[in-house]
Amino acid sequence: MNKRYDAIVIGAGHNGLTNAAYLAKSGLDVLVLEKNSYIGGATVSRELHQDWLYSNCSYVCSLLRPEITRDLELPRHGLQVVPYGGSVSFCSNGDYFGDYPDHERQYREIARHSIRDANAYERYEADVMKQTRLIRPFLLRTPPDPVSLKPRDLKEMKYLMDAFADLGEEGLADTLRFWTMSIADYLNEYFETDVIKAHLAGSGIIGTALGVYSPGTAYVLLHHYMGDVDGTVGAWGFARGGMGAVSDALASSFRSFGGEIRVDSEVEQIIVKGNKAVGVALSSGEEIAANIVVSNLDPKRTFLNIMDEKDLPSDVVSKARNFKIRGSSGKLNIALDGLPTFNGIPKNSPLMQTDMHMLDSLERMERAYDDWKDGAWSADPYVDMLIPSQVDPTMAPPGKHMMTVFVQYAPPQINGRDWTDEDRDAFGKTVIDQIANYSPDFKDLILHCEVRTPREIENEVGLTEGNIFMGELTFDQLLFNRPFPGYAQYRGPISGMYMCSSGTHPGGGVMAAPGANAAREILADLKRPNLVPEAYADD
Amino acid sequence: MRSHDETMMLQTPFHSRVAKACELNQWDEWKGYTTPAAYTEVEQEYFAVRNSTGVFDLSPMTKYRITGADAELYLNKVMTRDVRKINPDRVGYTIWCNDAGQVMDDGTLFNFGENNYRLCSYTRVMDWLQWSAMGFDVEIIDETADFGALAVQGPTSCAVLKAMGFKGIEKLKPFGMSHFPFEDAEVMISRTGFTGDLGYELWVEPPKAITLWDRLFDAGSNLGIRAIGGNALEMVRIEAGFLQAGVDFVPAEETVRVGRSRSPFELGLGWLVDFDKGVFNGRQALLKEKREGSRYAFVFLDVEGNKPAEHSFILKGNKEIGTVTSAAWCPTAKSNIAFAQIESKYANSGENLTAEIYYQTELKWTRLLAKCRVIDSPVFSSPKRRQTPAPDF
Ligand SMILES: Cc1cc2nc3c(=O)[nH]c(=O)nc-3n(C[C@H](O)[C@H](O)[C@H](O)COP(=O)(O)OP(=O)(O)OC[C@H]3O[C@@H](n4cnc5c(N)ncnc54)[C@H](O)[C@@H]3O)c2cc1C
Repeated sequence: MNKRYDAIVIGAGHNGLTNAAYLAKSGLDVLVLEKNSYIGGATVSRELHQDWLYSNCSYVCSLLRPEITRDLELPRHGLQVVPYGGSVSFCSNGDYFGDYPDHERQYREIARHSIRDANAYERYEADVMKQTRLIRPFLLRTPPDPVSLKPRDLKEMKYLMDAFADLGEEGLADTLRFWTMSIADYLNEYFETDVIKAHLAGSGIIGTALGVYSPGTAYVLLHHYMGDVDGTVGAWGFARGGMGAVSDALASSFRSFGGEIRVDSEVEQIIVKGNKAVGVALSSGEEIAANIVVSNLDPKRTFLNIMDEKDLPSDVVSKARNFKIRGSSGKLNIALDGLPTFNGIPKNSPLMQTDMHMLDSLERMERAYDDWKDGAWSADPYVDMLIPSQVDPTMAPPGKHMMTVFVQYAPPQINGRDWTDEDRDAFGKTVIDQIANYSPDFKDLILHCEVRTPREIENEVGLTEGNIFMGELTFDQLLFNRPFPGYAQYRGPISGMYMCSSGTHPGGGVMAAPGANAAREILADLKRPNLVPEAYADD
Repeated sequence: MRSHDETMMLQTPFHSRVAKACELNQWDEWKGYTTPAAYTEVEQEYFAVRNSTGVFDLSPMTKYRITGADAELYLNKVMTRDVRKINPDRVGYTIWCNDAGQVMDDGTLFNFGENNYRLCSYTRVMDWLQWSAMGFDVEIIDETADFGALAVQGPTSCAVLKAMGFKGIEKLKPFGMSHFPFEDAEVMISRTGFTGDLGYELWVEPPKAITLWDRLFDAGSNLGIRAIGGNALEMVRIEAGFLQAGVDFVPAEETVRVGRSRSPFELGLGWLVDFDKGVFNGRQALLKEKREGSRYAFVFLDVEGNKPAEHSFILKGNKEIGTVTSAAWCPTAKSNIAFAQIESKYANSGENLTAEIYYQTELKWTRLLAKCRVIDSPVFSSPKRRQTPAPDF
């Protein structure tokens, strides 16, 4: 071993980079090690077809904490997030439901399906907003340890209790129901129209190995609603230049503080000596010493792959083994020769620039989940699909387009065996056929298509089972239970070892909060001033 | 007999297209013209300017044609900057003052060559222009209604104009202008704007306006073109740090109360004052101010948090030292910015101040004391703005 770093961050995902940026900003000598030849992890733009940029994992941005964007000066480092408005679900009968950002337009469109639903939407929106208002202040806070008597934990616990108390008695009951119920049950309390329920239910299952009738899916909807673009809560946007722009800006900010990134450097082992992390060993055999080691990998990979079980307390080993991180999604990234036509909407409709979905009832969504339980991909899949090149001029040549298609459900294994290339191609064909059902000229426009199953997502990105959130967002794995009880404050079980990935609070998505929260804890342990900003107040 | 219709609100030469595109039907009034506040969605309009191309109908802008043997000489007396340095086929940003050295307005001056100029301003200024013209051989006409104008602004704006067939447009330098044949007439294009990014303004006679609009939007259909209204433009101008007459200062000759007008130095526009060029309106007073110091200073503030400091008092400690004139959350720079006029002694880069912000949620008012810091420059400035040849996106 030669040089000793103050800190090594394993993985150049956006959380690893955020964490590293704060440590470097504080004056520490920080090295980020990335196994791939490119940085970003699941927040990346790749040119896999000449002149086309694919956001080939994450594709839209809302959760990214504005406090961090501003504090790390990400706009100056090249990041621009451009909101798009709304979404649309196509129906099998040729009709569609369009969700517009403008409230009055939205009312009219819902009323076209049901006047009652149009009005109920206002009640729904207020109720969901109550939940986002509750959760948002916690995104940039470390969860309290509920059984600890340390002053800071008591203070945080009080903050949490106060937030709940602020909801009032009825609000508290609603919240407990909301956090535990299914998205279908929740929506049934507001709406009568099938397509509207199906349209809204999508956010409850994305990235989750649960169906619309499974308890816990209402919270998953909240996870997609609690972000914002420029203060508009629930809005989503494109990162100009693809999602890689987020990682590139973070990396540039990190480097501006003197940080160092090494790609093609896979960490094989965190070296532990005397119950303390002292460095890492790369798969090349090289060893690098550091006072602190931070893992940007999911909890399973962190504790079961790059740590020796003998170095760990048994409870951590078993908790990591039991951690729920099930693959449920796939993705297609497609280069198109022109803009496709969709049934029912003209090409200049604002709905063309929104999230597109293709299941028009909760029934069809649940059937799609049934296939997953049977160990197969959905024959009638749910997609979350966008054509960002209509808005972002950097993604494809003028007049050509890039389409991103997120697919639910794809199991981590096919009937208990590994995915094969033939399975992957057949999965891709199922999705393309599904889209073509609603877009007659779509197939003829395809120039190139990248198909990613949980197998590719696991192997290339390093997300166990291809789970996009690095662990399911169910109540048993949230807040002070994320990743596991007793370890929710970003500290690992041995000294000098920390976690900063989406597997920690507040969870998955391109949010940068886990990385920043972990940095706050590390700086506190080092007795250095905190640099991580506080959350903006909603009220 | 004069028809009563003639006093109704005017429509710009692009109105039929503007009205069709104005899906939200939200309208403003601008110097007697009906103009859209928002077309489809303010955020998306704003981002068209920042990410692709936004088109703003600026036809109502007040325009004067100033010609005659003494035009240059005359303008050099009216303007605080040296007008002789604005070469033919160039445009200059400029301000003008009254005799007390107080700013009347800012605007752009187009030099068509041979003592032929156009002055574009926010306020109407014919009275002052005529007043100052005594002894000069100049003719001044109001040509506001004689030209329609579209601001075409944003990273893909050059690509759009290229796609329209304006050959060589990418070579036009910032603040340059050029004439292009268009149908059987011509369109004048200047590389100017109010957005801090790459952008152009297209000037055309009213009969060709509709064709210009249609061809522009055809050419831009694959380049993210979108019409933008006044609300989006307001966000853009604050982010880019441009002052607005009537908002960030009161045009000097319109003030009623003593001390309410501002000098160029007090508005951060001292760089537009050239004492070496000879006599000009306000020179004496400005020289004196330069010697003795200014009362106020205009500053950009970076305000903590995400609540815009609209109409806030600015405090140093507990002492009130100024007020905010414009404030906004800036979506590209991702910062909370305010323009403020404060006592000049506090206008030091990095000075820490406090903004007293009031905001309301569900009818409950909150008072917030937000830290803020004086910063040197606007929060948005794109390198594309200066690049020649202009980039495609
Ligand atoms: C298909 C898909 C679509 C998604 N869509 C969205 C979306 O639209 N919006 C959104 O907000 N979120 C989305 N997500 C979720 C989001 O992308 C992730 O939650 C987030 O990017 C994870 O960031 P991270 O930094 O925690 O981890 P990662 O990005 O996974 O970073 C981990 C890094 O560690 C590296 N690594 C792994 N093992 C090693 C090793 N042994 N040595 C060195 N380096 C290693 C990996 O290569 C990777 O770069 C999506 C995810 C996927 C997979």
